[in-house]
Amino acid sequence: MTKLRLPQPFLVLLLALMAAFVLARPATAADIHPEVNALGQGDYAALEQAIGALAATGDPAAAGILDALSNGDLYVRKSDGAVFKATRAGSGYTLIDPVTGTEAGSAGRSDVTKIKVNNKIRGVVRAASGSLTLMSPDPAKRYSAAADVLKSGDPAQIPLLDEAISRESDAGIKRVLEQARAAAVLKSDLPSADKVAAVAVIAARGDQDALGMLTTAAASDDPAVKAAAEDAAASIQGQLQLWQGVQNIWYGVSLGSVLLLAAIGLAITFGVMGIINMAHGEMVMLGAYTTFVVQETIRNHYPGLFDWSLAIALPLAFLVSGAVGILIERSVIRFLYGRPLETLLATWGVSLILQQAVRTWFGPNNREVGNPSWMSGTFDLGHIAITYNRMWIVVFALGVFAVLMLVLKRTPFGLQTRAVTQNRPMASSMGIRTPWVDAFTFGLGSGIAGIAGVALSQIDNVSPNLGQNYIIDSFMVVVFGGVGNLWGTLVGAFTLGIANKFLEPYAGAVLAKILVLVFIILFIQKRPRGLFALKGRSVEA
Amino acid sequence: MLKRFGRTLGALATAAMIGAGVSGAHAADDTIKVGILHSLSGTMAISETTLKDTVLFLIDEQNKKGGVLGKKLEPVVVDPASNWPLFAEKARELISQDKVAVVFGCWTSVSRKSVLPVFKELNSILFYPVQYEGEESERNVFYTGAAPNQQAIPAVDYLMSEEGGGVKRWVLEGTDYVYPRTTNKILEAYLKAKGVPAEDIMINYTPFGFSDWQTEVAAIKKFGSEGKKTAVVSTVNGDANVPFYKELGNQGIKAEDIPVVAFSVGEEELAGIDTAPLVGHLAAWNYFQSIDTPENEDFIKKWHAFIKNDKRTTNDPMEATYIGFNAWVQAVEKAGTTDPDKVIDALIGVSVPNLTGGFSTVMPNHHITKPVFIGEIQDNGQLDVVWQTPGLVVGDEWSDYLPDSADLISDWRAPMSCGNFNVKTGKCGGS
Repeated sequence: MTKLRLPQPFLVLLLALMAAFVLARPATAADIHPEVNALGQGDYAALEQAIGALAATGDPAAAGILDALSNGDLYVRKSDGAVFKATRAGSGYTLIDPVTGTEAGSAGRSDVTKIKVNNKIRGVVRAASGSLTLMSPDPAKRYSAAADVLKSGDPAQIPLLDEAISRESDAGIKRVLEQARAAAVLKSDLPSADKVAAVAVIAARGDQDALGMLTTAAASDDPAVKAAAEDAAASIQGQLQLWQGVQNIWYGVSLGSVLLLAAIGLAITFGVMGIINMAHGEMVMLGAYTTFVVQETIRNHYPGLFDWSLAIALPLAFLVSGAVGILIERSVIRFLYGRPLETLLATWGVSLILQQAVRTWFGPNNREVGNPSWMSGTFDLGHIAITYNRMWIVVFALGVFAVLMLVLKRTPFGLQTRAVTQNRPMASSMGIRTPWVDAFTFGLGSGIAGIAGVALSQIDNVSPNLGQNYIIDSFMVVVFGGVGNLWGTLVGAFTLGIANKFLEPYAGAVLAKILVLVFIILFIQKRPRGLFALKGRSVEA
Repeated sequence: MLKRFGRTLGALATAAMIGAGVSGAHAADDTIKVGILHSLSGTMAISETTLKDTVLFLIDEQNKKGGVLGKKLEPVVVDPASNWPLFAEKARELISQDKVAVVFGCWTSVSRKSVLPVFKELNSILFYPVQYEGEESERNVFYTGAAPNQQAIPAVDYLMSEEGGGVKRWVLEGTDYVYPRTTNKILEAYLKAKGVPAEDIMINYTPFGFSDWQTEVAAIKKFGSEGKKTAVVSTVNGDANVPFYKELGNQGIKAEDIPVVAFSVGEEELAGIDTAPLVGHLAAWNYFQSIDTPENEDFIKKWHAFIKNDKRTTNDPMEATYIGFNAWVQAVEKAGTTDPDKVIDALIGVSVPNLTGGFSTVMPNHHITKPVFIGEIQDNGQLDVVWQTPGLVVGDEWSDYLPDSADLISDWRAPMSCGNFNVKTGKCGGS
């Protein structure tokens, strides 16, 4: 008995509060609470109908409610079936009236159930909220609403679209609205003249989505529509073929930039100094983990700085990896100069030690490294979609390459490095402290691997195995490009990247990689010193 | 003088070692040893370390309840280091040197295949807790993960249904090794049997640890924009998943347009990515951490207390390990001994509670009954159930959709006692 009686005062209070809100609302707007509460009843099919009914009210609050529904923020109170927007608060939830947006008390964890949505419901919501926001004052909202309606292509929306088109002032949005109308017309049972006109509108888009819609339209029974759609589809196909080529080049450049980043540090330690450094991949991994630690610190203490996290991580990753590199050089490698086999084995051992150390310290699982906002999403260039993170990595790789060239060619340190690698005894007798130059050059190579790790953390797993995935590719690029020549590394990386991406669509990823390896083996047979072989006496030494 | 001292010291040390050995053997009498064969280093450590901890946790719980047959359980942990031949060596070490009564272990199919001869030769028991491609049934192995009909086929059924979006075109995307290749072969045969034409199925493989998904994702986008509802069935394994999902998110492929259903992505894998762009993509498993049952809540609470970290996730292979462990305990108690032959016989028909509110039974084909759940990825990295099979599904070891195995059945009860009985020829021994 007591159990039943307890919540009563609470309930009364709540009802009173709700009544107050309802009364406080302007009398002109109809109360849409019944439509909202209908969302919480029944299965997916009933939910679909309830969404339609809610959208049909045209209430200004409806779009927001539908948005909350597709985000999974709507809950049903078990006691009375009322629907609320709820946010987690401790072990329970804070309830918010979805219509008025005001707080409506709280509920325990088992008092409410979430309204479940699946992909189909999300699609229905997207189409419904698209039709609701078509005439929103915010142009960005109107644009995304038009795109949503375009995707759904629902013939029932044609009158609404006509009205929206007549009101629209922005040319870009108007075009999308017209395309949305055309897509709806193609699916409707309007006369064939209308449909043929719609085919022309869709064909003007000229992209993959247009091709999809036209292929569907080409299956129509109406001969005029069928012919128009087939012609339009064929011409788009031809154009897209061309764009496909451009896209492959871009993907190749992007893969090449990743290879360049991974290999550029090795081009110094292996290419310039001649050390077979199997722990190179682990320097990349250390850079990626530095990024993780920086982001974790920022998340916990200075969340506002998140977009700067990579800029902060770059110098730190350089220092961490560089310091570890110098340590390895001083403690292991300097005793093994001129003994490549022992160096290979020793650095392989070092790489295993570093991996297991990271695994013990951070755990074997992947660590989450987020993309700052300026590195997420895509933009369209013609008919290819370019992702921001790939684009920035291409820019970054070229930037690192340019800076490295400057350091080696224009600074005293670069001069000393080149002198030592070309003729050690002579450099030594000119007063250069060759052991320190060795240590710092190795540190520079490792540090650059570290900043490569910062970039790679944006596209790959941050796990203890990160480095292993890149070590073979790095050696491949350096050997192919020509040992000892940084320009060779640059050209080698982009050549291999583009070759790989052109082969991939035809041969598949597995075979493409094998073909590239076979090509390199044959190439090295012909030109053992790689693309850009160093000439002169120093080579023979 | 010094030499003699050294010799005395050596003798003393030897004596001490013998003593320790004797006392060790003595201790073994009142404990039952349980072998744990999961990689703690190398590439597979990412997945397998958790299972090692799970078995340790279950042993700890069982010992709190008084052990088994009045004896405490004693874990013996070895590290096969993601190295397949080493799995066989370590299995041999566990069985013949450490004299373990049972082994819980392996993740990849190749590691399981590599230990099989050892378990047969030395007649011991292996519990294998991971979803796999089927086409196998061995007397010494109990398969507590899902067979293809307990994961892949229900997932495809769901996507084909009205509720799942009525998918008409299929991309089968996998990592290039035995599990995806066999699963995709079964799925391809199944889809064709359901009337899907060959041009509506695209199969693509990528290498292990693949990280540059641009071309593949663009191809999926293209394949999906040709007018028919398209879905991706992903058997992409391990590390390659994170870049795959990142690329999907970056290229703006939404779950409403092209849903991806994955068989190797669970809570553990999602912990490494920002899941906000992935909301709505699917995973098919027999267990999700988010499943709301008292058993599951209790399990998660005790697991967090054991591992001393309340952010650690639970996943499907952990539940499979839980079921296998409890089935073994019950069978040992039923048989009254840890003798492998008796325990293997006693295990068939054993029924233990699973974590999703039902019971899982060990069948005569050494597979178990399980419910199948389809979950959608949420923005908090958890998976919410959107669909489940109405009842339990019996693991089918020999797929009915492959011509080579359609006629085979497995029944390890006497008098048949055969893992690959051909119903056409009436003989044991395959097709």
